Amino acid sequence: MTTFRKGLATALGITMTALAVAACGGGGDSSSDIPAAAGPNEHIELTLATFTEFGYEALIPEYERLHPNIKITHRKTGQGGPYAQDMMTKLAAGSGLADVQAVEEGHLSDILSKSSKFYDLTQIGPADASPDRWLSWKYDAGKDKNGKLIGYGTDIGPDAMCYRKDLFAAAGLPTDPEAVKSIFATWDSYFAAGAQYVQKTGGKAWFDSAAQNFNAMVNQLPVGYLDKDDKLTVESNQGIKDAWAKVTDAVGKGESAKLTAFSNEWNSGFRQSAFATKVCPAWMLGVVKEQAGPDNAGKWAVTDAFPGGGGNWGGSYLTVPTQSKHPREAAALTAWLTAPEQQLKAFQAKGTFPSQVKALESPELLSQTDAYFGGAKIGELFVAQAKKVAKPQYKGPNDGQIQENVTAPALQAVEQGKSPADGWQQLVDGAKKLAR
Amino acid sequence: MTTTVTREGTPAGVRRPAPRPGLRDRLSRWDVKASPYLYVAPFFIVFGIVGLFPLLYTAYVSLFHWDAGDDNPDFIGLDNFKELFADAQFWHSLENTVSIFLLSSVPQLIIAVLLAALLSTRLRGATGWRVGILLPYAASLVALGIIFANLFGPKYGLVNGLLQTIGLSPVDWQANRFASHVAIAIMVNWRWTGYNALIVLAAMQAIPKELHEAALIDGAGTVRRFRHVTLPLLKPTLIFVTITSTIGGLQIFTEPKLFDAMPGSNNGGSTHQFQTVTLYLYQTAFENFDLGYASAIAWVLFLIIVVIAGVNYLLTGRLARTPRRKG
Repeated sequence: MTTFRKGLATALGITMTALAVAACGGGGDSSSDIPAAAGPNEHIELTLATFTEFGYEALIPEYERLHPNIKITHRKTGQGGPYAQDMMTKLAAGSGLADVQAVEEGHLSDILSKSSKFYDLTQIGPADASPDRWLSWKYDAGKDKNGKLIGYGTDIGPDAMCYRKDLFAAAGLPTDPEAVKSIFATWDSYFAAGAQYVQKTGGKAWFDSAAQNFNAMVNQLPVGYLDKDDKLTVESNQGIKDAWAKVTDAVGKGESAKLTAFSNEWNSGFRQSAFATKVCPAWMLGVVKEQAGPDNAGKWAVTDAFPGGGGNWGGSYLTVPTQSKHPREAAALTAWLTAPEQQLKAFQAKGTFPSQVKALESPELLSQTDAYFGGAKIGELFVAQAKKVAKPQYKGPNDGQIQENVTAPALQAVEQGKSPADGWQQLVDGAKKLAR
Repeated sequence: MTTTVTREGTPAGVRRPAPRPGLRDRLSRWDVKASPYLYVAPFFIVFGIVGLFPLLYTAYVSLFHWDAGDDNPDFIGLDNFKELFADAQFWHSLENTVSIFLLSSVPQLIIAVLLAALLSTRLRGATGWRVGILLPYAASLVALGIIFANLFGPKYGLVNGLLQTIGLSPVDWQANRFASHVAIAIMVNWRWTGYNALIVLAAMQAIPKELHEAALIDGAGTVRRFRHVTLPLLKPTLIFVTITSTIGGLQIFTEPKLFDAMPGSNNGGSTHQFQTVTLYLYQTAFENFDLGYASAIAWVLFLIIVVIAGVNYLLTGRLARTPRRKG
């Protein structure tokens, strides 16, 4: 008897566990109805998910002090890649996302194509978070095809060019930030100078990686890998073809150090002085300092010129998924974190370059200099670069994957000896496969 | 058990012509019938949840065009499989997997048996040696992957540095397909050889001494005894070790993932030269979020593993045939 009961209990227990496990997978999607705002005295807990460094550590206690009824849990993840995978999985599962979820620019296109799972911030956001707070291209890039605003912009990565003064001098090139501007005027002048540099130095590389330059070039085009109907443009897009021709031609002339960006070899490349120039979004300065190390202090310089005008590389958005139970409070927190005053504090804390017009006008930012880069006025310089960025390029679903998993490997294959024509075919086939 | 229960159920002296079994009675009869099943149930329930259910659910998902986050995935029948069989990248990744598997498992098992033979001889500090060969297995796989990827760096790697100091030309361990397979196989062997050697060693130690002594009296030398006594008696262990390393080898994932120069990449090199099937599966599912197609890959991989493990079983059985025909 007792054994039977025990057995039954065990069986029931296991079944219950099984059901509970199965139930976790389900999780329905909430409707588009927006839950009402909580009363001022109602205690609310919000979660905020970010990756790498957003500089929010000091801001969160400040917000909690200003709003005594709100408690914020900050989930911080180390790397952007795993963070994005985790986010997409939770989005698919229908549960587990934070009330405020940070999204990196490279993964934004995947989110925008699933915009039904996010709140429209123009509907639930506070009135003071009006479009004129942001640089217009940053604001517009946060909208989906139908104009629904999914995310408030945080930081940006305006492009500039970094170069090695000592290596330039050794090759007989000018070294003064003003004098080198003509070299960095267009991609043609840039690659031509590179060919010259390779010749004069007996085969030393001009830039770190073909993919880094190609990405910057494609980002400057009016239409990227996909058009507004999410149709793949690669084969018909003259801009992409031209960029491919120019970059692979430069590879053929020995201008590339053939290093994969962010790999260990690339890190070593900085210390070994393996290349003379580097595409430098604002956040790249920190990377250069970290990898080139104190031994190379004063050798690197940065100038406010970038081939083909301006460009943006990187930066994030804060979104409110429909999974959030307190969307209005989450939107209020999001708006506060992306307000100019807070963005300046975040910049001071972790160097995330603000995307808000007022922040970009602030003397604190404009007076920022960097001793490692010869005391360059990096605040003023990157503000100028940020203003050169044209209107945002529409990024369709899988845009980031095409760039990372198709284009970059295809260019690497060319650097490893594949012919540019075969490499192009690899790009076209890979992009078609992803876009199907 | 039955008798005790029956006695309790029908009190002595009260005998009725047609005894209607009471609740207690019926329950106890159920107890006898059902309890054994309940005792073994936990295993089957756990297996059902973590083994069978995912297997069947994966088969179900493979019939859909299922993008992660889709509310209404399209049912497309066997289209994913049709597409898979025409997918050059899949066959390419399968070739890579088999190549890396052969380059790792074959030398690994041979070296493991030889190592075990060495370790079973009388050595000073035998335990120290035995623990020593297991050390690589105890180290973190991810740490090993990162260290080896550094060693095999095409430009600033230590291996190429050494090659150059002895006057050889450096090898591009990333770009060259075969070289990348060799580098990954070395990583795998480094980790697993000692582990397998210890399993084989345990089996060797279990071989009765009398057999060796008898062979010794018959005049058999060390090599002869190894071939005709030790190896045949290791047969079950060798089968076990071969099958586990087959399963592991065909699912190889971490080493090629970490070997890619681009951090976090699942591409397996610029032209997928070392992308294995599991890496392709992972990329399809968690980078491209094409869950239906990924499930199809998973199922085909499962079937391939079953077939290869079966072939292995037959081959290993033949290689190490028990020499007891005469009885």
